[in-house]
Amino acid sequence: MQWEVVIGLETHAQLKTQSKIFSGASIRFGAEPNTQACAVDLALPGVLPVLNRQAVEHAIRFGLAVGAKISPASIFARKNYFYPDLPKGYQISQFEIPVVVGGHLEILVGDEVKVVELTRAHMEEDAGKSVHEEDFTGPHGEASSGIDLNRAGTPLLEIVTEPVMRSATEAVAYAKALHGLVVWLGVCDGNMQEGSFRCDANVSVRPMGQVEFGTRCEIKNLNSFRFLEEAIQYEVRRQIELIEDGGKVVQETRLYDPDRQETRSMRSKEDANDYRYFPDPDLLPVVIDDAWIADVRSKMPALPAQLREQWQSEFGLSAYDAQLLTQDRDTAKVFEDLLAIVGKPLAKAAANLIAGEFASSVNKAGIAVAHVPLKAEHLAALLTRTADGTISNKIAKDIFAMLWEEALSGKAISAVDHIIDAKGLKQISDSGALEAMIDKVLAANEKSVEEFRSGKEKAFNALVGQIMKASQGKANPGQVNELLRKKLG
Amino acid sequence: MSWHNTPIALMAKALAAKEVSSTELTKYFLDRIESGKQWNAYLDVNTHLSLEQASAADELISSGKSGKLTGIPVAHKDVFVTRGWKSTAASKILEGYLSPFDATVVANLGIPSADNPNGAGMVCLGKTNMDEFAMGSSNENSAYGPVLNPWNSEYVAGGSSGGSAAAVAAGLAPIATGTDTGGSIRQPAAFCGLTGIKPSYGRVSRYGMIAYASSLDQAGPIGKTAEDCALLLSAMSSHDPRDSTSLADSGEDYGRYLNQAWKEANANPAKPLEGLRVGLPKEFFAEGLAEDVAKAVNAAAKALQDLGAQLVEVNLPKTKLSIPVYYVLAPAEASSNLSRFDGVRYGHRASEYRDLGDMYQKSRTEGFGAEVKRRILIGTYVLCHGYYDAYYLQAQKIRRIIAADFQAAFSQCDVILGPVAPDVAWRLGEKSKDPVQMYLEDIYTLSTNLAGLPAMSVPCGFNSNNLPIGMQLIGNYFSEARLLQVAHQYQQASDWHLRQASEVA
Repeated sequence: MQWEVVIGLETHAQLKTQSKIFSGASIRFGAEPNTQACAVDLALPGVLPVLNRQAVEHAIRFGLAVGAKISPASIFARKNYFYPDLPKGYQISQFEIPVVVGGHLEILVGDEVKVVELTRAHMEEDAGKSVHEEDFTGPHGEASSGIDLNRAGTPLLEIVTEPVMRSATEAVAYAKALHGLVVWLGVCDGNMQEGSFRCDANVSVRPMGQVEFGTRCEIKNLNSFRFLEEAIQYEVRRQIELIEDGGKVVQETRLYDPDRQETRSMRSKEDANDYRYFPDPDLLPVVIDDAWIADVRSKMPALPAQLREQWQSEFGLSAYDAQLLTQDRDTAKVFEDLLAIVGKPLAKAAANLIAGEFASSVNKAGIAVAHVPLKAEHLAALLTRTADGTISNKIAKDIFAMLWEEALSGKAISAVDHIIDAKGLKQISDSGALEAMIDKVLAANEKSVEEFRSGKEKAFNALVGQIMKASQGKANPGQVNELLRKKLG
Repeated sequence: MSWHNTPIALMAKALAAKEVSSTELTKYFLDRIESGKQWNAYLDVNTHLSLEQASAADELISSGKSGKLTGIPVAHKDVFVTRGWKSTAASKILEGYLSPFDATVVANLGIPSADNPNGAGMVCLGKTNMDEFAMGSSNENSAYGPVLNPWNSEYVAGGSSGGSAAAVAAGLAPIATGTDTGGSIRQPAAFCGLTGIKPSYGRVSRYGMIAYASSLDQAGPIGKTAEDCALLLSAMSSHDPRDSTSLADSGEDYGRYLNQAWKEANANPAKPLEGLRVGLPKEFFAEGLAEDVAKAVNAAAKALQDLGAQLVEVNLPKTKLSIPVYYVLAPAEASSNLSRFDGVRYGHRASEYRDLGDMYQKSRTEGFGAEVKRRILIGTYVLCHGYYDAYYLQAQKIRRIIAADFQAAFSQCDVILGPVAPDVAWRLGEKSKDPVQMYLEDIYTLSTNLAGLPAMSVPCGFNSNNLPIGMQLIGNYFSEARLLQVAHQYQQASDWHLRQASEVA
């Protein structure tokens, strides 16, 4: 039987604020346990929450970026359950009226653009964490668990999609696009190791063509794109096998074990808490008027989707390159800066450089674009000198590598023209010089010449390669091709 | 000098005139607390700390930096957290709990310091007994024993601010703070022959008040006179950035109309209340109201009329529904507010338990009293999936109707007058076996909390058994100063509030 996979994602993006969502305590990661938990975070008797305005602005900014409706008066509700890392015995979240309603995100799956509809995004506070370290013992030496409330009250935006994704690949593409967007907007630092961005995946399968959804399972707390992909793939296989073996999927919450690459049941629907949501009487409705929305809108950066569309239509960039250039704001900025220097006619070349050499070098080095000392002004001459024929593409690549090396090792970055002069890298376009070079190569490669003449086109390329090599990459490749054809013709 | 009979308005004058020091006053009341333990009004007293504050107050006075209330002792209901004094909300689950910070009310009234530059300079005498987590109408629900009524120690003091009321009535404090979620200031004030006011919701910060029902809880003073209440309320109330529900305005002088006629232009001293329309809700004088109480409140209405007021009949048709509405909403909020008492971070934890669930269960079973458990159960039930719409949502709807009924009534009158409670204080143990019967005692007070309106309790007589009767004055939003004005004018023409509790020496 053909199965269709149905996936919806709930993503917790930690909002980039100075302090917690309902208290003044810092949200800095990695502090000593319980040093960043104030009376409010500890839920001492008598404390009350006060909403962090910055968190709301971030939520509005996100809502505007995905074309959602911003609720004029959203409501905080209490989600009641007992757990040691939940100090109040309830989590303050939004239930019936979230701050962001609807919206959508475009993702690129292969070469296809797909629209992922969002259900909602709501603000809530994070819980603390339980620490089960082996050497953690209680006052009488007994095995014990500790509670670290540093995280408690960290502001989160939970972003929920409709069940519109049809494969793990799509889910990952969505998660990456969302990650890119929230970091782009400056509302989340996107640090997945520190838990700033984590996904819950709702997965079900149904026979192809069936309209009703199958029974879903929710896989909690996937904090890497790889885990997200693996967990969904495993879960899909598990559900299909289960059904094909005559079993039934049970609605439940599951956890992914990356070591064993499998999902495991955490709790079934029957065990699920009745959260007894009700509006939090300690907090007023979050009133967001048009003026506030306009103010947030006026401070928004241009969105990646807007830039992609503009660059594709204006400069003829491929969807893939446009995607790469807008994967984060810093990359886009390098491209924009470069464009400002070299001008629109070289936009495509600039895109190739940034999406190609530059991006792959950054990737390989594993550093953030913002920290790369190599800036647009260093790179511009590579493009102009290639365009005016001073250097070949090949030499341009070599020079880039030199610049990169200098940049990484913290040396002063040389001017491109200086390198060209000092190393004699100018392209050879003088036909006399080139012909002499070609003659020499032909004389030394009689076998290739014969092969070409007997119809092997490949041999031609081999000869070009030899000539380029003999010129140390400096020969003008177009001219070499032309002259070589003439000579062999 | 019998300072325990002296209103704080006069005490302030004596302090300013250096006729007495704060230390002398504080010692005076600490001694009375020591010899007046039989009322069980206090849960924690710390002589050393109180005297330290008194000496700081005396320094302020001698250096000319004193305000209206500097040096006057005050007792705080144990629902307010305090540095130095234990804060238990009269529950075993918080036995011995010490707060690292002062409630905003406590700070507002307290000795000024670098962190608290606007403190009024009052001296804390200690923490007063109450119904556990403010749940109760008789103060019999305290984990530390009931409070006895200084008018007759076989009777309850009322609740939940019973300790505060008994302390003032017995002369163990010149004035005290209380909180009122469904009548917890007004009813014990009435039972103990005192004046008390619950201001409009949001007037007084709830930060540091151990929450019972957040949308209903509001703090206020219990004192001997309307003037004393105006003084304390002015110092208690403030906008507090730590309480999102606290009102933006602050610094109001609630005593500004006390000595004025209702109509400023009125120059007839015999009729100061001319122009005031007093609404008498039919439903407040219906079946269930004790005859003595009805008589006293009607006499008070007549007294107001004699002062120039006009009496009008008004309707509050949903009065009866305020009981079921309150006993859905308050427990719903309470069930959630009390979840933090889980034995994990502070408070009582069972000494032995198998696992986490067992720890929660035993700690909370041992820590909470019967009434608190009952309300947690009710609240949990009404919020459950499947019941929420039928109970919680429905109650919220009626709550809005009740508030609208008041607005309709206020189109016909300026203040509403009625009894505080259907009867005077009852005998200890008389109603504790039947919680529903106890809930019915709150019928006249609950609706103002549901609507968020200010309301007062003013002494207006005694029953045949010499137990005090209180009348209730209800005003529209933010009309505290007007309510206090009416009460003060009434008290200028009556002496019920000056009577001494019969068992007090």
